Amino acid sequence: MTDPVLETKGLTIRFGGHVAVDHVSCAFGAGELTAIVGPNGAGKTTYFNLISGQLPATEGQVLLEGRDVTRASASTRTHLGLGRAFQLTNLFPSLTVRENVRLVAQSKARKGFDMFSMASRHPELIEAADHALERVRLTRLADQTVSALSHGDQRKLEVALLIALQPRVYMFDEPTAGMSMDEAPVVLDLIAELKAEGGHAILLVEHKMDVIRTLADRIIVLHNGALAADGEPAEVMASAVVQEAYLGKEIADV
Amino acid sequence: MLTRILSGDMPRSRALSLVLLVIFLCLAFAPFLFPGTRSLETAARISVFIALAASYDLMLGYAGIVSFAHTMFFGMGAYGVALACENMERGFLPVVVGTLAGALLAAAVALVIGLFSLRVRAIFFAMITLAVASAVAVLVSQLSAITGGEDGLSFSIPRELTPAFRFAEGKLLGASLNGKLLNYYLVFGGSLVIFLGLLRVVNSPFGRVLQAIRENDFRAEAIGYRVVAFRTLATCLSAACAALAGSLFAIWLRYVGPGTAMGFEIMIDVLLMVVIGGMGTLYGAAIGATLLVLAQTYLQEVMAGAAETTAGLPLLPDLLNPDRWLLWLGLLFIASIYFFPSGVVGRLRQARRPAGRT
Ligand SMILES: Nc1ncnc2c1ncn2[C@@H]1O[C@H](COP(=O)(O)OP(=O)(O)O)[C@@H](O)[C@H]1O
Ligand SMILES: [Mg+2]
Repeated sequence: MTDPVLETKGLTIRFGGHVAVDHVSCAFGAGELTAIVGPNGAGKTTYFNLISGQLPATEGQVLLEGRDVTRASASTRTHLGLGRAFQLTNLFPSLTVRENVRLVAQSKARKGFDMFSMASRHPELIEAADHALERVRLTRLADQTVSALSHGDQRKLEVALLIALQPRVYMFDEPTAGMSMDEAPVVLDLIAELKAEGGHAILLVEHKMDVIRTLADRIIVLHNGALAADGEPAEVMASAVVQEAYLGKEIADV
Repeated sequence: MLTRILSGDMPRSRALSLVLLVIFLCLAFAPFLFPGTRSLETAARISVFIALAASYDLMLGYAGIVSFAHTMFFGMGAYGVALACENMERGFLPVVVGTLAGALLAAAVALVIGLFSLRVRAIFFAMITLAVASAVAVLVSQLSAITGGEDGLSFSIPRELTPAFRFAEGKLLGASLNGKLLNYYLVFGGSLVIFLGLLRVVNSPFGRVLQAIRENDFRAEAIGYRVVAFRTLATCLSAACAALAGSLFAIWLRYVGPGTAMGFEIMIDVLLMVVIGGMGTLYGAAIGATLLVLAQTYLQEVMAGAAETTAGLPLLPDLLNPDRWLLWLGLLFIASIYFFPSGVVGRLRQARRPAGRT
């Protein structure tokens, strides 16, 4: 593997006595899609929070393109190329769908501190937003208020925000959770497209094994916050750890 | 053209456009439409409070920051002008110096308060502003050698802005062509510039970020906006605009005192203006300020008239006694907040499509 885009070294967080992420060391390369699996409460979301800066690490390091960002704020990491979609939908509810995405494009273009021009006079940002909406098939809802959207459409918008950011690292936290059978493919196809584009590292927390089988180049297993397995999908799925800790009892429990 | 001046923030409702147009025209031609000292006082006061309430709405309605120090910033502008005029040679220089000094001081104090407390929880910021504002108010009344204490300061402004200065003979539509007229247009024009400037800011990329932060600060940070920096900057800007409004008010009154520029009642008034008009829209601040100033100025008279016409009836004349005006003002507020939870502007726009901009 060439130099990793993202790397965690001994990454750890303790909540009181509870170790939610326990010395996880892992590197993620460009063009690689890594599925992160583990039972509920294993620490997957918390691991993401440590990487993208929503939580401060108790120990260990996060390296982004070789640069130590362990102490950097979430906004700094975003500008350095970390893109994070959230497990629980986390949008700007009373703004329109288009404005949600436009805000991301505006952040990407670093125009946030411009207070003298009219926001509506930046057509390139609106175009970027519309382009991202097109990719998740939300164009027809662009002028709706987010709070009026169905759960599935909100999940798609969550993905659109990430697309507009064009990050180096895409982090999807159960992107299709709660989506209907006909909605999920829109998001999964998109993730496949991103993978085919190459150049980014993609981290995907996902429960559905068939999805993982078709998309993932690699699987890592978290169990009680620790890295329990790491390798090729076939190999990891066959291993005893996964059979026992994950596939055996948790798969139905999402 | 109009779109540009209003920064693309159109009223989006015919009724609202009409109300705003009426307010604008009445203020723009007040000296000719309503001759008389009292009505001109009222018009000037409305102009200043529109600017003040708009600057408060930038914080409260757009950035979602609750502050109780807004009158303190207003006072800094007012006292800045007063002290400069008091201590420098008469002319326009002290007015400019005092105005700039007041605005800079307000921005600097806002910066310090913001950096100290905006990182932590929003409620902490509200409490700090309350503490600082109370301390400054006490300080102003104690330092009577400098600030005039409770009595305040009367000071002289450039002659060109006083009634003694006549720039043309006779009258135009009932208005004397004197310095007072120029002073009024200084206040009106200044307030208008502040208001339109703020309108630009809230519709700029920066203003959109503030709205995003108000909606969901956690996500705003996650998509790359440094929330603390944005909140702090909004606070500084809002404080500076409040100070500018304060300077205009001092120039108009030729006087500052705790009651006109520092009192906590003003803080309550401004809060009510923003809430009644509708938070998160500067037009709401304009309407709220107009309604409140008018009510405060004329409610007593309206009531006196009403008491007279109902003189024969039981109980009513008593209730309508002008001495009860505060009670009625209070009831009006409660009613308006109850019936227009999203403010007058929200109500006027309600028939239209839901909130949320593109
Ligand atoms: N902010 C927090 N404070 C205390 N405990 C937390 C916090 N965040 C997560 N945890 C705990 O860390 C563990 C891992 O949670 P999470 O990362 O959400 O699991 P997963 O995403 O794998 O389902 C859980 O036991 C959870 O209760
Ligand atoms: Mg999770």
